[in-house]
Amino acid sequence: MPDTFEKVAIQLRVNGKTHSLTVEPRMLLVELLREALDLTGTHVGCDTTYCGACTVIMNGAAVKSCTVFAVQADGAEIVTVEGLEKDGKLHAIQRAFGDSFGLQCGYCTPGLMLSTLQLLSTNRQPSEKDIRKAIAGNTCRCTGYQNIFKAIQLAAQNSKGA
Amino acid sequence: MLSQLGENARFLAGGQSLIPLMKLRFSNPSHLVDLSFVPSTAYIKEESGALHFGALTRHAEIENSATAAMIPVLHDCAAGIADVQVRNRGTIGGSLAEADPSGDWATVLLTQDTELRCLGPKGERTVPLRDFITDAYTTVLDHDELIREVIVKIPPKGSGGAYLAFKRSAPVYPTASAAVQLTLDDGACKDAVIALGCVGLTAVRAKDSEDALRGRKIGDKAIAAAMEAARTAADPQPDMRGSAEYKRKLVAALVKRAIEIALRRARGEQVEVGHIYA
Repeated sequence: MPDTFEKVAIQLRVNGKTHSLTVEPRMLLVELLREALDLTGTHVGCDTTYCGACTVIMNGAAVKSCTVFAVQADGAEIVTVEGLEKDGKLHAIQRAFGDSFGLQCGYCTPGLMLSTLQLLSTNRQPSEKDIRKAIAGNTCRCTGYQNIFKAIQLAAQNSKGA
Repeated sequence: MLSQLGENARFLAGGQSLIPLMKLRFSNPSHLVDLSFVPSTAYIKEESGALHFGALTRHAEIENSATAAMIPVLHDCAAGIADVQVRNRGTIGGSLAEADPSGDWATVLLTQDTELRCLGPKGERTVPLRDFITDAYTTVLDHDELIREVIVKIPPKGSGGAYLAFKRSAPVYPTASAAVQLTLDDGACKDAVIALGCVGLTAVRAKDSEDALRGRKIGDKAIAAAMEAARTAADPQPDMRGSAEYKRKLVAALVKRAIEIALRRARGEQVEVGHIYA
Protein backbone atom coordinates (compact mmCIF):
# COMPACT_ATOMS: atom_id res chain seq x y z
CA MET A 1 0.00 0.00 0.00
CA PRO A 2 1.33 3.46 -0.81
CA ASP A 3 2.41 5.60 2.18
CA THR A 4 0.68 8.70 0.93
CA PHE A 5 -2.56 9.06 -0.94
CA GLU A 6 -2.97 11.41 -3.81
CA LYS A 7 -6.07 13.43 -3.09
CA VAL A 8 -8.89 13.45 -5.58
CA ALA A 9 -11.03 16.45 -6.48
CA ILE A 10 -14.75 15.75 -6.29
CA GLN A 11 -17.93 17.77 -6.49
CA LEU A 12 -21.25 16.76 -5.00
CA ARG A 13 -24.53 18.32 -3.94
CA VAL A 14 -25.56 17.80 -0.34
CA ASN A 15 -29.03 18.97 0.72
CA GLY A 16 -29.18 21.19 -2.34
CA LYS A 17 -25.81 22.86 -1.82
CA THR A 18 -22.84 22.19 -4.10
CA HIS A 19 -19.50 21.35 -2.48
CA SER A 20 -16.15 21.04 -4.27
CA LEU A 21 -13.40 19.44 -2.23
CA THR A 22 -10.37 17.19 -2.44
CA VAL A 23 -10.44 13.95 -0.50
CA GLU A 24 -8.27 10.93 0.10
CA PRO A 25 -9.55 8.04 -2.01
CA ARG A 26 -9.97 5.90 1.09
CA MET A 27 -12.31 8.39 2.77
CA LEU A 28 -15.83 7.07 3.30
CA LEU A 29 -18.89 9.10 2.41
CA VAL A 30 -19.98 9.18 6.05
CA GLU A 31 -16.58 10.66 7.02
CA LEU A 32 -16.91 13.29 4.33
CA LEU A 33 -20.35 14.27 5.58
CA ARG A 34 -19.43 14.34 9.26
CA GLU A 35 -15.85 15.56 9.21
CA ALA A 36 -15.45 17.63 6.04
CA LEU A 37 -18.95 19.12 5.93
CA ASP A 38 -19.73 19.03 9.67
CA LEU A 39 -23.09 17.36 9.03
CA THR A 40 -23.02 15.23 12.15
CA GLY A 41 -26.67 14.16 11.96
CA THR A 42 -25.54 11.14 9.94
CA HIS A 43 -24.29 8.66 12.54
CA VAL A 44 -21.71 5.90 12.52
CA GLY A 45 -23.15 2.94 14.38
CA CYS A 46 -21.51 -0.35 13.50
CA ASP A 47 -19.27 0.68 10.58
CA THR A 48 -19.85 -2.84 9.18
CA THR A 49 -22.80 -2.32 6.76
CA TYR A 50 -25.21 -3.70 9.36
CA CYS A 51 -26.99 -1.10 11.45
CA GLY A 52 -28.08 1.60 8.98
CA ALA A 53 -27.42 4.55 11.33
CA CYS A 54 -25.39 6.07 8.48
CA THR A 55 -28.20 5.82 5.91
CA VAL A 56 -28.40 8.76 3.50
CA ILE A 57 -30.13 9.23 0.16
CA MET A 58 -27.72 9.15 -2.78
CA ASN A 59 -29.20 9.92 -6.20
CA GLY A 60 -32.66 9.02 -4.90
CA ALA A 61 -31.67 5.71 -3.30
CA ALA A 62 -31.04 4.95 0.38
CA VAL A 63 -27.45 3.81 0.93
CA LYS A 64 -25.25 3.04 3.92
CA SER A 65 -22.74 5.89 3.75
CA CYS A 66 -20.16 3.85 5.69
CA THR A 67 -20.02 1.50 2.70
CA VAL A 68 -19.56 4.07 -0.07
CA PHE A 69 -16.27 5.84 -0.75
CA ALA A 70 -16.52 9.62 -0.90
CA VAL A 71 -15.00 9.55 -4.40
CA GLN A 72 -17.88 7.32 -5.52
CA ALA A 73 -20.24 10.16 -4.67
CA ASP A 74 -18.55 12.45 -7.19
CA GLY A 75 -21.36 14.15 -9.10
CA ALA A 76 -24.01 12.72 -6.77
CA GLU A 77 -26.99 14.36 -5.12
CA ILE A 78 -27.07 13.52 -1.40
CA VAL A 79 -29.80 14.10 1.18
CA THR A 80 -28.94 13.81 4.87
CA VAL A 81 -31.18 14.29 7.90
CA GLU A 82 -30.19 17.98 7.93
CA GLY A 83 -31.87 18.28 4.52
CA LEU A 84 -35.31 17.24 5.77
CA GLU A 85 -36.16 20.47 7.55
CA LYS A 86 -37.18 23.33 5.23
CA ASP A 87 -37.25 27.01 6.30
CA GLY A 88 -37.28 26.14 9.98
CA LYS A 89 -40.20 23.74 9.54
CA LEU A 90 -39.79 20.08 10.34
CA HIS A 91 -40.49 17.56 7.59
CA ALA A 92 -43.68 15.46 7.92
CA ILE A 93 -41.50 12.44 8.68
CA GLN A 94 -39.69 14.26 11.49
CA ARG A 95 -42.98 15.43 12.99
CA ALA A 96 -44.42 11.92 12.81
CA PHE A 97 -41.41 10.42 14.62
CA GLY A 98 -41.86 13.02 17.36
CA ASP A 99 -45.63 12.71 17.62
CA SER A 100 -45.52 8.89 17.73
CA PHE A 101 -42.56 8.72 20.13
CA GLY A 102 -40.76 6.75 17.39
CA LEU A 103 -37.43 7.14 19.13
CA GLN A 104 -35.76 6.87 22.50
CA CYS A 105 -32.02 7.52 22.44
CA GLY A 106 -32.28 8.85 18.88
CA TYR A 107 -29.07 7.35 17.56
CA CYS A 108 -30.76 5.31 14.80
CA THR A 109 -33.39 7.96 14.04
CA PRO A 110 -31.71 9.91 11.21
CA GLY A 111 -31.12 6.67 9.30
CA LEU A 112 -34.67 5.48 9.92
CA MET A 113 -36.12 8.78 8.74
CA LEU A 114 -34.15 8.60 5.50
CA SER A 115 -35.22 4.99 4.91
CA THR A 116 -38.77 6.25 5.47
CA LEU A 117 -38.17 9.05 2.96
CA GLN A 118 -37.13 6.53 0.31
CA LEU A 119 -40.12 4.28 1.11
CA LEU A 120 -42.66 7.09 0.86
CA SER A 121 -41.09 8.45 -2.33
CA THR A 122 -42.08 5.28 -4.16
CA ASN A 123 -45.01 4.03 -2.06
CA ARG A 124 -47.43 6.54 -0.54
CA GLN A 125 -49.60 3.92 1.17
CA PRO A 126 -47.20 1.30 2.49
CA SER A 127 -48.61 -1.84 4.11
CA GLU A 128 -47.16 -3.15 7.35
CA LYS A 129 -45.13 -5.63 5.30
CA ASP A 130 -43.81 -2.82 3.07
CA ILE A 131 -42.72 -0.89 6.15
CA ARG A 132 -41.00 -3.91 7.70
CA LYS A 133 -39.12 -4.53 4.46
CA ALA A 134 -38.15 -0.87 4.09
CA ILE A 135 -36.55 -0.59 7.52
CA ALA A 136 -35.06 -4.09 7.73
CA GLY A 137 -31.63 -2.50 7.28
CA ASN A 138 -32.03 -0.11 10.22
CA THR A 139 -31.30 -1.40 13.69
CA CYS A 140 -32.91 0.19 16.76
CA ARG A 141 -31.88 -1.14 20.16
CA CYS A 142 -34.28 0.96 22.26
CA THR A 143 -37.80 1.00 20.97
CA GLY A 144 -38.72 -2.51 19.88
CA TYR A 145 -39.83 -0.84 16.64
CA GLN A 146 -43.54 -0.58 17.50
CA ASN A 147 -43.59 3.20 17.74
CA ILE A 148 -41.36 3.45 14.69
CA PHE A 149 -44.05 1.58 12.72
CA LYS A 150 -46.65 3.97 14.04
CA ALA A 151 -44.45 6.94 13.11
CA ILE A 152 -44.00 5.71 9.55
CA GLN A 153 -47.73 5.02 9.20
CA LEU A 154 -48.46 8.51 10.52
CA ALA A 155 -45.87 10.06 8.20
CA ALA A 156 -47.54 8.29 5.25
CA GLN A 157 -50.94 9.66 6.29
CA ASN A 158 -49.60 13.16 6.84
CA SER A 159 -47.73 13.15 3.52
CA LYS A 160 -50.91 12.46 1.55
CA GLY A 161 -51.62 15.24 -0.87
CA ALA A 162 -48.27 16.83 0.00
CA MET B 1 -5.62 -0.81 -16.74
CA LEU B 2 -5.68 -3.17 -13.77
CA SER B 3 -2.51 -4.93 -14.95
CA GLN B 4 -0.68 -1.56 -15.07
CA LEU B 5 -1.57 -0.92 -11.43
CA GLY B 6 0.00 -4.16 -10.26
CA GLU B 7 -1.33 -7.39 -8.89
CA ASN B 8 -2.82 -5.88 -5.74
CA ALA B 9 -5.21 -3.70 -7.71
CA ARG B 10 -8.85 -4.75 -7.77
CA PHE B 11 -12.08 -3.86 -9.47
CA LEU B 12 -14.79 -2.23 -7.35
CA ALA B 13 -18.40 -2.89 -8.33
CA GLY B 14 -21.13 -2.07 -5.79
CA GLY B 15 -18.68 -2.38 -2.91
CA GLN B 16 -21.14 -3.97 -0.50
CA SER B 17 -18.88 -7.00 0.03
CA LEU B 18 -15.48 -5.58 -0.83
CA ILE B 19 -15.60 -2.45 1.35
CA PRO B 20 -16.57 -4.44 4.50
CA LEU B 21 -13.83 -6.97 3.68
CA MET B 22 -11.32 -4.12 3.38
CA LYS B 23 -12.37 -2.73 6.76
CA LEU B 24 -11.69 -6.17 8.26
CA ARG B 25 -8.32 -6.17 6.44
CA PHE B 26 -9.30 -9.46 4.78
CA SER B 27 -8.77 -7.61 1.55
CA ASN B 28 -6.03 -5.02 1.21
CA PRO B 29 -5.91 -3.75 -2.37
CA SER B 30 -3.29 -1.16 -3.38
CA HIS B 31 -5.67 0.38 -5.90
CA LEU B 32 -9.36 0.12 -6.68
CA VAL B 33 -10.77 0.73 -10.13
CA ASP B 34 -14.40 1.79 -9.69
CA LEU B 35 -16.51 0.31 -12.47
CA SER B 36 -19.64 2.29 -11.66
CA PHE B 37 -18.58 5.14 -13.93
CA VAL B 38 -18.47 2.83 -16.96
CA PRO B 39 -21.63 3.47 -19.02
CA SER B 40 -24.08 0.80 -20.19
CA THR B 41 -23.11 -1.84 -17.66
CA ALA B 42 -26.50 -1.99 -15.89
CA TYR B 43 -29.37 -3.43 -17.91
CA ILE B 44 -31.87 -6.28 -17.98
CA LYS B 45 -33.11 -7.53 -21.32
CA GLU B 46 -34.74 -10.59 -22.83
CA GLU B 47 -33.06 -11.94 -25.92
CA SER B 48 -33.55 -15.25 -27.73
CA GLY B 49 -35.01 -17.16 -24.78
CA ALA B 50 -32.63 -15.84 -22.16
CA LEU B 51 -32.38 -12.96 -19.73
CA HIS B 52 -29.25 -10.84 -20.01
CA PHE B 53 -28.04 -8.85 -17.01
CA GLY B 54 -25.32 -6.23 -17.27
CA ALA B 55 -22.76 -7.08 -14.61
CA LEU B 56 -23.36 -3.84 -12.71
CA THR B 57 -27.12 -4.27 -12.52
CA ARG B 58 -28.01 -3.65 -8.90
CA HIS B 59 -30.02 -6.13 -6.83
CA ALA B 60 -32.77 -3.51 -6.40
CA GLU B 61 -33.10 -3.12 -10.18
CA ILE B 62 -33.56 -6.89 -10.52
CA GLU B 63 -36.02 -6.92 -7.58
CA ASN B 64 -38.19 -4.30 -9.30
CA SER B 65 -37.88 -5.54 -12.88
CA ALA B 66 -40.86 -7.16 -14.63
CA THR B 67 -38.43 -8.66 -17.14
CA ALA B 68 -36.37 -10.34 -14.42
CA ALA B 69 -39.59 -11.67 -12.87
CA MET B 70 -40.03 -13.87 -15.95
CA ILE B 71 -37.82 -16.19 -13.89
CA PRO B 72 -39.54 -15.79 -10.49
CA VAL B 73 -36.66 -17.28 -8.55
CA LEU B 74 -34.44 -14.40 -9.67
CA HIS B 75 -36.91 -11.92 -8.22
CA ASP B 76 -37.06 -13.90 -4.97
CA CYS B 77 -33.28 -13.89 -4.69
CA ALA B 78 -32.82 -10.20 -5.49
CA ALA B 79 -35.63 -9.08 -3.17
CA GLY B 80 -34.18 -11.00 -0.22
CA ILE B 81 -30.53 -9.96 -0.38
CA ALA B 82 -29.59 -8.04 2.77
CA ASP B 83 -31.64 -4.82 3.05
CA VAL B 84 -32.86 -1.93 0.92
CA GLN B 85 -29.64 0.04 1.27
CA VAL B 86 -27.38 -2.85 0.27
CA ARG B 87 -29.66 -3.84 -2.63
CA ASN B 88 -29.46 -0.25 -3.89
CA ARG B 89 -25.66 -0.56 -4.25
CA GLY B 90 -24.72 -4.24 -4.62
CA THR B 91 -24.53 -5.77 -8.10
CA ILE B 92 -25.12 -9.23 -9.55
CA GLY B 93 -21.72 -9.30 -11.28
CA GLY B 94 -19.90 -8.12 -8.18
CA SER B 95 -21.58 -10.73 -6.05
CA LEU B 96 -20.60 -13.56 -8.41
CA ALA B 97 -17.02 -12.31 -8.82
CA GLU B 98 -16.62 -11.97 -5.04
CA ALA B 99 -17.71 -15.64 -4.69
CA ASP B 100 -18.51 -15.36 -1.00
CA PRO B 101 -19.55 -18.86 0.18
CA SER B 102 -22.64 -17.28 1.77
CA GLY B 103 -23.64 -15.19 -1.26
CA ASP B 104 -27.15 -15.70 -2.64
CA TRP B 105 -26.71 -15.40 -6.41
CA ALA B 106 -24.37 -18.33 -7.02
CA THR B 107 -26.70 -20.76 -5.24
CA VAL B 108 -29.75 -19.66 -7.21
CA LEU B 109 -28.02 -19.36 -10.57
CA LEU B 110 -26.45 -22.83 -10.25
CA THR B 111 -29.97 -24.25 -10.59
CA GLN B 112 -30.44 -22.27 -13.81
CA ASP B 113 -28.71 -22.55 -17.16
CA THR B 114 -26.33 -19.65 -16.46
CA GLU B 115 -23.37 -18.39 -18.43
CA LEU B 116 -21.03 -15.50 -17.70
CA ARG B 117 -19.52 -13.35 -20.42
CA CYS B 118 -16.11 -12.36 -19.13
CA LEU B 119 -13.85 -9.68 -20.56
CA GLY B 120 -10.12 -9.14 -20.17
CA PRO B 121 -7.13 -7.80 -22.12
CA LYS B 122 -6.98 -11.13 -23.99
CA GLY B 123 -10.54 -10.71 -25.20
CA GLU B 124 -13.90 -12.13 -24.30
CA ARG B 125 -14.85 -15.64 -23.19
CA THR B 126 -18.05 -17.28 -21.99
CA VAL B 127 -17.86 -19.45 -18.88
CA PRO B 128 -20.72 -21.62 -17.57
CA LEU B 129 -21.41 -20.69 -13.94
CA ARG B 130 -20.78 -24.27 -12.77
CA ASP B 131 -17.13 -23.89 -13.89
CA PHE B 132 -16.74 -20.31 -12.66
CA ILE B 133 -16.41 -20.50 -8.87
CA THR B 134 -13.61 -22.83 -7.83
CA ASP B 135 -13.26 -22.17 -4.10
CA ALA B 136 -14.29 -19.70 -1.41
CA TYR B 137 -13.68 -16.17 -2.76
CA THR B 138 -12.02 -17.74 -5.81
CA THR B 139 -13.11 -17.80 -9.44
CA VAL B 140 -11.53 -18.61 -12.80
CA LEU B 141 -11.26 -14.88 -13.56
CA ASP B 142 -7.76 -13.64 -14.30
CA HIS B 143 -6.56 -10.75 -12.18
CA ASP B 144 -7.41 -8.21 -14.88
CA GLU B 145 -10.55 -9.91 -16.15
CA LEU B 146 -14.13 -9.05 -15.20
CA ILE B 147 -17.68 -10.25 -15.70
CA ARG B 148 -19.40 -8.29 -18.43
CA GLU B 149 -22.80 -10.00 -18.58
CA VAL B 150 -24.79 -12.71 -16.81
CA ILE B 151 -27.00 -14.78 -19.14
CA VAL B 152 -29.77 -16.95 -17.70
CA LYS B 153 -31.87 -19.14 -19.98
CA ILE B 154 -35.63 -18.90 -19.37
CA PRO B 155 -36.81 -22.32 -18.13
CA PRO B 156 -39.34 -24.19 -20.32
CA LYS B 157 -43.05 -24.38 -19.54
CA GLY B 158 -43.70 -26.96 -16.84
CA SER B 159 -40.57 -25.92 -14.98
CA GLY B 160 -40.63 -24.11 -11.64
CA GLY B 161 -38.02 -22.89 -9.20
CA ALA B 162 -37.75 -21.73 -5.62
CA TYR B 163 -35.04 -20.19 -3.47
CA LEU B 164 -35.22 -20.08 0.30
CA ALA B 165 -32.63 -18.53 2.57
CA PHE B 166 -32.83 -18.67 6.35
CA LYS B 167 -31.51 -15.54 8.04
CA ARG B 168 -31.26 -14.25 11.59
CA SER B 169 -31.88 -10.70 10.41
CA ALA B 170 -31.96 -8.82 7.12
CA PRO B 171 -28.43 -7.36 6.88
CA VAL B 172 -26.58 -10.62 7.62
CA TYR B 173 -25.71 -13.46 5.30
CA PRO B 174 -28.07 -16.46 5.49
CA THR B 175 -27.35 -19.32 7.89
CA ALA B 176 -28.21 -21.72 5.07
CA SER B 177 -30.05 -21.58 1.77
CA ALA B 178 -31.46 -23.92 -0.85
CA ALA B 179 -32.47 -23.45 -4.48
CA VAL B 180 -34.54 -25.98 -6.41
CA GLN B 181 -35.60 -26.10 -10.07
CA LEU B 182 -38.07 -28.85 -11.07
CA THR B 183 -39.29 -29.70 -14.56
CA LEU B 184 -42.43 -31.80 -14.74
CA ASP B 185 -43.65 -34.02 -17.54
CA ASP B 186 -47.11 -35.49 -17.17
CA GLY B 187 -46.96 -35.08 -13.38
CA ALA B 188 -43.65 -36.85 -12.96
CA CYS B 189 -40.33 -35.14 -12.33
CA LYS B 190 -38.48 -35.00 -15.61
CA ASP B 191 -35.55 -33.04 -14.26
CA ALA B 192 -34.43 -31.65 -10.90
CA VAL B 193 -31.58 -29.30 -10.04
CA ILE B 194 -30.81 -28.55 -6.40
CA ALA B 195 -28.12 -26.26 -5.00
CA LEU B 196 -27.23 -25.53 -1.38
CA GLY B 197 -25.71 -22.29 -0.08
CA CYS B 198 -23.63 -21.39 3.01
CA VAL B 199 -22.88 -25.05 3.74
CA GLY B 200 -19.53 -25.42 1.98
CA LEU B 201 -16.68 -23.38 0.52
CA THR B 202 -18.83 -22.76 -2.54
CA ALA B 203 -22.49 -23.25 -3.36
CA VAL B 204 -22.88 -27.01 -3.91
CA ARG B 205 -25.05 -29.07 -6.22
CA ALA B 206 -26.87 -31.79 -4.24
CA LYS B 207 -26.79 -34.36 -7.03
CA ASP B 208 -28.03 -37.26 -4.90
CA SER B 209 -31.02 -35.12 -3.89
CA GLU B 210 -31.71 -34.52 -7.57
CA ASP B 211 -31.48 -38.27 -8.30
CA ALA B 212 -33.99 -38.93 -5.53
CA LEU B 213 -36.56 -36.89 -7.46
CA ARG B 214 -35.71 -37.38 -11.12
CA GLY B 215 -38.00 -39.77 -13.00
CA ARG B 216 -40.42 -40.14 -10.07
CA LYS B 217 -43.74 -38.74 -8.98
CA ILE B 218 -42.73 -36.38 -6.20
CA GLY B 219 -44.36 -37.53 -2.95
CA ASP B 220 -43.39 -37.70 0.71
CA LYS B 221 -41.01 -40.60 0.17
CA ALA B 222 -39.04 -38.94 -2.63
CA ILE B 223 -38.87 -35.68 -0.68
CA ALA B 224 -37.59 -37.46 2.43
CA ALA B 225 -34.87 -39.11 0.33
CA ALA B 226 -33.92 -35.74 -1.21
CA MET B 227 -33.72 -34.20 2.27
CA GLU B 228 -31.48 -36.96 3.57
CA ALA B 229 -29.21 -36.62 0.53
CA ALA B 230 -29.02 -32.83 1.07
CA ARG B 231 -28.03 -33.37 4.70
CA THR B 232 -25.17 -35.58 3.52
CA ALA B 233 -24.12 -33.25 0.68
CA ALA B 234 -23.84 -30.31 3.05
CA ASP B 235 -20.41 -29.74 4.58
CA PRO B 236 -20.98 -26.71 6.81
CA GLN B 237 -18.58 -24.96 9.16
CA PRO B 238 -19.79 -24.49 12.72
CA ASP B 239 -19.81 -20.78 13.59
CA MET B 240 -21.84 -18.17 15.46
CA ARG B 241 -24.79 -18.89 13.14
CA GLY B 242 -25.02 -22.49 14.30
CA SER B 243 -23.34 -25.88 14.69
CA ALA B 244 -22.59 -28.03 11.66
CA GLU B 245 -25.34 -30.48 12.60
CA TYR B 246 -27.89 -27.67 13.01
CA LYS B 247 -27.02 -26.31 9.56
CA ARG B 248 -27.34 -29.78 7.99
CA LYS B 249 -30.82 -30.17 9.47
CA LEU B 250 -31.72 -26.64 8.46
CA VAL B 251 -30.59 -27.02 4.86
CA ALA B 252 -32.56 -30.28 4.54
CA ALA B 253 -35.70 -28.53 5.78
CA LEU B 254 -35.13 -25.69 3.31
CA VAL B 255 -34.78 -28.24 0.50
CA LYS B 256 -38.15 -29.74 1.47
CA ARG B 257 -39.91 -26.38 1.47
CA ALA B 258 -38.22 -25.30 -1.76
CA ILE B 259 -39.28 -28.53 -3.50
CA GLU B 260 -42.88 -27.96 -2.44
CA ILE B 261 -42.88 -24.40 -3.78
CA ALA B 262 -41.04 -25.33 -7.00
CA LEU B 263 -43.64 -28.07 -7.60
CA ARG B 264 -46.51 -25.63 -7.27
CA ARG B 265 -44.80 -23.17 -9.58
CA ALA B 266 -44.03 -25.91 -12.12
CA ARG B 267 -47.77 -26.63 -12.16
CA GLY B 268 -48.38 -23.00 -13.05
CA GLU B 269 -49.40 -21.67 -9.63
CA GLN B 270 -48.34 -18.15 -8.64
CA VAL B 271 -46.55 -18.44 -5.32
CA GLU B 272 -45.04 -15.55 -3.42
CA VAL B 273 -41.84 -16.50 -1.62
CA GLY B 274 -39.46 -14.53 0.55
CA HIS B 275 -36.47 -15.25 2.71
CA ILE B 276 -37.22 -16.79 6.10
CA TYR B 277 -36.23 -14.99 9.29
CA ALA B 278 -35.41 -16.62 12.60
